[in-house]
Amino acid sequence: MKFKTLSELAACCQEEEKTIGRIMLSEQAIETGQDEEQVYRQMAEYYEIMKEAVRRGLDEPVPSRSGLTGGDARRVRQYMEGSETSLGREACMALAYALSVSEVNASMGRIVATPTAGSCGIIPGVFVSLQERFGWDDNKLVMGLFASGAIGYVIANNSFISGAEGGCQAEVGSAIGMAAGALTEMRGGTPVQAVHAVGLALKNSLGLICDPVGGLVEIPCIVRNGFGAVTALAAADMALAGVRSVIPSDEVIQVMLEVGGAMPDKHRETGMGGLAQTPTGKRIIRDLYGKKNTGNNKGGSPQ
Amino acid sequence: MRFKDVFSIIGPSMVGPSSSHTAGALRIGRAARRIFGQRPEIAEIMLYGSFAETYIGHGSDLAFAAGLLDFEADDMRIRDSLLLAEETGMHISFTKGKGPFSHPNTVRLKLSGGGREDVIVGSSIGGGNIVVTDVNGFEVNFTVRTPTLLVFHRDRPGIVAEITGLLGGGGINIGFMEVDRKSRLGDALTVIETDESLSESLMETIRGMQEVTRIGIVDLTAKGVV
Repeated sequence: MKFKTLSELAACCQEEEKTIGRIMLSEQAIETGQDEEQVYRQMAEYYEIMKEAVRRGLDEPVPSRSGLTGGDARRVRQYMEGSETSLGREACMALAYALSVSEVNASMGRIVATPTAGSCGIIPGVFVSLQERFGWDDNKLVMGLFASGAIGYVIANNSFISGAEGGCQAEVGSAIGMAAGALTEMRGGTPVQAVHAVGLALKNSLGLICDPVGGLVEIPCIVRNGFGAVTALAAADMALAGVRSVIPSDEVIQVMLEVGGAMPDKHRETGMGGLAQTPTGKRIIRDLYGKKNTGNNKGGSPQ
Repeated sequence: MRFKDVFSIIGPSMVGPSSSHTAGALRIGRAARRIFGQRPEIAEIMLYGSFAETYIGHGSDLAFAAGLLDFEADDMRIRDSLLLAEETGMHISFTKGKGPFSHPNTVRLKLSGGGREDVIVGSSIGGGNIVVTDVNGFEVNFTVRTPTLLVFHRDRPGIVAEITGLLGGGGINIGFMEVDRKSRLGDALTVIETDESLSESLMETIRGMQEVTRIGIVDLTAKGVV
């Protein structure tokens, strides 16, 4: 890859007068020795899986494997149909779609890791809702996925994308940054604006710990995906309005590395601290694992 | 670079709930199965760090079993894989280990069967990506993102050049390689990540070299990009 940082990525785009998505597609083809058509097809297939996951979580909601969560996406959609929402219809739709994909994930359904399964709802939530709203063709969204992948590639190689390494800021935080940058580009923003959107978004999730109850990708992961989709919309809007990330985005990524490195083990996906160790969190774990084999054999069967 | 391409960020397509604890676990199991080269009869799996604390909730146990059965990460049979493994005569056990591993998601798999035994250590580093860090006491560091050849051989001057020469002659480009040995002129393991898949005849030629005791192939690229 010819870029290691977001500023290098933006410079590549300016030099070659290409979008971030376009640069990523060419670089991927060079890196893997495949032709661009093959690479594109793979990404287009992933987008289909994302759309299917959005649909499945809303139309066929099932409880998670543990039985702890499920059905929240549908609750939000029903609420939208009956009331005036505070967020407004469009942002609320992104929220519902993100919840939906995360719920499919928790039920051991099929999703695409973006960049991880714990954060798999944010990009589909933003992308699918915006596609419906603006009537975009699939091609635009697939190229948007390449843009988000380029951003994630920089974050992953300069910091981290797993909760076990860097906390939730590394998973949900990265996904919000990726979605925000890609959305800025899809809405006609420049590569520089897209990079600002990443920095703006990441700053808002710095320090977020990974503290899932029972170690399950459910509480609070699912709602954080919903919040994440809404935050990505806000970051893209700020960037498109001309708001800049005063601390450059590459420096914000270094802060994520610093903060994640300093995070205690109990706040990095071990279930040993945070929400997982609250009185209610502990009770849930006791109820779940106290019963023999509960973790192994219980749960919905969506497909 | 730990993450080499766009599909290590967007992807894999997988069955939830966790890319590191489900898809990554499956991938380590699958790499181990391919290194072992056949279906193991017994798999003793020791989990460390976050794997040890949260494996049941994440279905990591199902994922390791699915990997040992050589399933893809988005195979809907994963949820039944422990039963399916038992049905095929594979006995899998899980224990929690304590150890000074550098990565929070580490697993040690001891596979046995057919008179053979392999011990493989790997870590899941996020987004479904993995590194294998130890094979039978050889210190290694490979990712199986491209076809990976493991050659177990006795050390002697020129042996590595002969192996790479054979690959070059077969039109195979090397992206990464490493050698570790137990002692000078002793047992060695050469690991080579290649851009292309190796042909059966090329593998046979390498297998037939005098100093080569065994080879392993981990090629998980059959279904497009993985």
